[in-house]
Amino acid sequence: MAEDGGKRAHLSPPGPSAGELTHIAHENYSSSQENKIQSHSSKLVTRPNVGDESNDGPPPPLPPRPGVAPSPQAATTKVQSIDVQTLQFPDGSRGTFQTPGARAMSTPVQLAANSGSSTPGRSSTVDADDAMSVMSIVAPTLRPPGDLASLMVSDMSRKSPAWQLLRSQSASVKPFETVRLDVRDSLADFAQEFEPVPGTSEQGGLGDEQRLAVWKSKLKHYMILSSSGKPIYSRHGDLSVVNSFMGVIQTIISFYEGADNPLQGFTAGGTRFVIVTEGPLYFVAISRLGESDAQLRSQLEALYMQILSTLTLPNLTSIFAHRPNTDLQKPLAGTEPLLSSLADSFTRGSPSVLLSALECLKLRKSHRASITSAFLKSHAGGNLLYGMIVAGGRLVSVIRPRQHSLHPSDLQLVFNMLFESGGIRSGEGENWIPICLPAFNNRGYLYMYVSFFDAAENTAPSSTSNSSDAVPEAIPFSPTHPTPQATSSDSIAIILISPSPTSFYDLQSTRNNLVSSLTKGPLLSHIRTSIQSGRPSLTTQISPGTPLSHFLYKSRANVQFCMPSSSPQFDSPLPRRKLMSLYHSLHGAVHARHCHLKVLHSVADDSTSLAWITPTFELYCVAGPNVSRAAMTQGANRIVQWAKREEERLFIIGGGVF
Amino acid sequence: MADGPKPSSSVKLVLLGEAAVGKSSLVLRFVNNDFQENKEPTIGAAFLTQKCNLPTRTIKFEIWDTAGQERFASLAPMYYRNAQAALVVYDLTKPTSLVKAKHWVAELQRQASPGIVIALVGNKLDLTSDGEGVRSGGDGSGDADVAEGEESGDARKVTTLEAQSYAQEESLLFFETSAKTGYNVTEVFTAIANAIPETSLKTTRGSNQAQGRTGDEQQRVNLNANSAGAKDGCAC
Ligand SMILES: Nc1nc2c(ncn2[C@@H]2O[C@H](COP(=O)(O)OP(=O)(O)OP(=O)(O)O)[C@@H](O)[C@H]2O)c(=O)[nH]1
Ligand SMILES: [Mg+2]
Repeated sequence: MAEDGGKRAHLSPPGPSAGELTHIAHENYSSSQENKIQSHSSKLVTRPNVGDESNDGPPPPLPPRPGVAPSPQAATTKVQSIDVQTLQFPDGSRGTFQTPGARAMSTPVQLAANSGSSTPGRSSTVDADDAMSVMSIVAPTLRPPGDLASLMVSDMSRKSPAWQLLRSQSASVKPFETVRLDVRDSLADFAQEFEPVPGTSEQGGLGDEQRLAVWKSKLKHYMILSSSGKPIYSRHGDLSVVNSFMGVIQTIISFYEGADNPLQGFTAGGTRFVIVTEGPLYFVAISRLGESDAQLRSQLEALYMQILSTLTLPNLTSIFAHRPNTDLQKPLAGTEPLLSSLADSFTRGSPSVLLSALECLKLRKSHRASITSAFLKSHAGGNLLYGMIVAGGRLVSVIRPRQHSLHPSDLQLVFNMLFESGGIRSGEGENWIPICLPAFNNRGYLYMYVSFFDAAENTAPSSTSNSSDAVPEAIPFSPTHPTPQATSSDSIAIILISPSPTSFYDLQSTRNNLVSSLTKGPLLSHIRTSIQSGRPSLTTQISPGTPLSHFLYKSRANVQFCMPSSSPQFDSPLPRRKLMSLYHSLHGAVHARHCHLKVLHSVADDSTSLAWITPTFELYCVAGPNVSRAAMTQGANRIVQWAKREEERLFIIGGGVF
Repeated sequence: MADGPKPSSSVKLVLLGEAAVGKSSLVLRFVNNDFQENKEPTIGAAFLTQKCNLPTRTIKFEIWDTAGQERFASLAPMYYRNAQAALVVYDLTKPTSLVKAKHWVAELQRQASPGIVIALVGNKLDLTSDGEGVRSGGDGSGDADVAEGEESGDARKVTTLEAQSYAQEESLLFFETSAKTGYNVTEVFTAIANAIPETSLKTTRGSNQAQGRTGDEQQRVNLNANSAGAKDGCAC
């Protein structure tokens, strides 16, 4: 509902006073009212919290939240401003409800996700015509000198007394305050976001009420259910917690199914619900992190792709065609960890998913060319479809037949399996995995050979190059030598994909050939050196003296992106999530439908950011709150120059073709 | 590693058994001497190698650790077809896993190479009160009560006697192991190495090539969960 209207409302007013997110939220609804098709005036009689609350009785009290300073003042102010909300549904009907203040207080997040597109405390202007003409809203006079270099995160947590004083005296800053506190509140639980909801059976475990409260405190839920209401997957909580909610969700969705206008999403109590229906399956995302509907939808699509990757579309269809009541959990057995690690990475915030692009390991052009040609020479048949060398989710080299190219969404599934889920680990042999790559072909399985370079192989090329034997040496049996486990971001994988289930040994010899030619020469150590030196540092390597703190640069032609090292300020999950939230909102804004935006400069009290879209690239960058527009644009220009200069090191252009 | 004149030969070994009985854990214990409390289920199959030194020769195991989940069952023939040895694993705290193990044994006897050496392995011995598995547990056949087992601190649900006598009937090697403590793990592999007939060792070199070529034209293996169990031989 109202998604597009919402985004336009967010962007179009030339100058809403900065930070008045609540007003934006209202415009959101009112603008969508203008678009509505007045089909019938059925008023939706529903409590706003349906789906968020059990439908019996008042919500249970939340458990005490350690370390969260409650800010009742802020909450109250805010609640008043969203007291009345109007919901619009795709069929044109609307529901109006009052948000009970008391309940609002009990929930940590109210506003953060309210408009469905997000990072509160920012507002933006747009100049759609002149690519470099940008306007900022916050009066530049607020910028205290000497604070220019302050970065988003450090600024977020502490400010100099002088800045506090200045801020408190400036009327135009005030609106930010509440929002800032809200943001803190909503993300205060972020550390617990990845903790499991305790199970029923655990000794001394929590009661149902408490478990429910823990479950509700999660910022992000994903649920998958069949259209007959059978639960298939829930990110948090076991079936005993989730079952009744699945029922409610199924009822709501199927209520709209009949009409030609299915329910796509709704907002309740600051939480956004987005629904995707794929054949017999319902996918639901419930988020208080403030992604746009389109972004949540693409996350749900990725979960669907994972299910197809396990089952293939014909299998999925036939399962439900024969028995609509099937419990899909069984055929999907073993897929849950993959879904969960996808869900976790969406919750952490993944640039790759956001941009639908892949990241490459930065290598000298000549080094990459040598690696790729060694790869091509190693090719030993086996009906190879794709061959890849991947270092911790970053592509090193790709070889493929001329007629096929790789789909980022497929590779995301592969990388998730290999580098995130922990299901496939280095040091545990070679793997032979049937997998459907749905963007390539959702109707059948391919077979994926995966082998990790062991740490030892770096120094012992001889152990792998005894080519008389088609099988690589076993890792020596040595209790003192711990297995290189927990497939880390450092591990290098060789991935070979074939349509033939019996080509394992051919692919294995391809791998052995490749390993011996990489280890014979300096090529493997080039790869390792690049892994060890990490992503380039923005301030020391890419653009010394830049006011920027971080950026994402996507090369549209190559469907690849690059970014600088996140160290040190974005290393931990919370600052990283804040950064990613900012990117999500920039991305959401510039990609809103009907919004032909080229440059978006956005200023908030905690950050300044810029999105710049051209036919060849997309650049998103972030700086501290007091960076001037001029400095920002200059910084952006430098990044673009750098990326152009380094293009053939940052990106794989074409790859090896056989 | 091959020290001097000792003859060395490869033995292709496949692990079969219900999901989560500890196949991968046994292999990891054998190959890396490692154990993980929360091992993720295997997807497809994993291939590992490990040497086993016998007094007279070295056996190099080429191990296929298969996934136990039903949806992968139709792929199994691909792995056991040329195997000289099979390790059929059950979880001795879970009676249904022995039933599944018996199915695998029957299938191997029907479809695998005639001389295949099969070992029946009851894993997770550390969860039983008889820790080392020296003596047989009480009764508690088939469908024992969960609560009862936990009360006595003994989660054993399959007696040594039951499994052992079945193994004898079918002339299988039999072991109770713990991948967690490592108890009896190397012993299983050594026993298999010793049981492989000398004659079948001669032919092992170069067998990889032959295996790689077989059945390239065959239909794609059907992973349909509904029919997976029923179509055991379909990949041939
Ligand atoms: N206590 C105990 N737990 C074990 C033992 N062996 C395995 N486990 C645990 O049992 C679970 C399943 O082990 P896996 O080795 O993954 O089982 P698997 O047979 O390979 O399972 P699939 O790959 O799904 O077929 C893991 O959590 C192991 O930690 C054992 O000897 N004792
Ligand atoms: Mg396994």
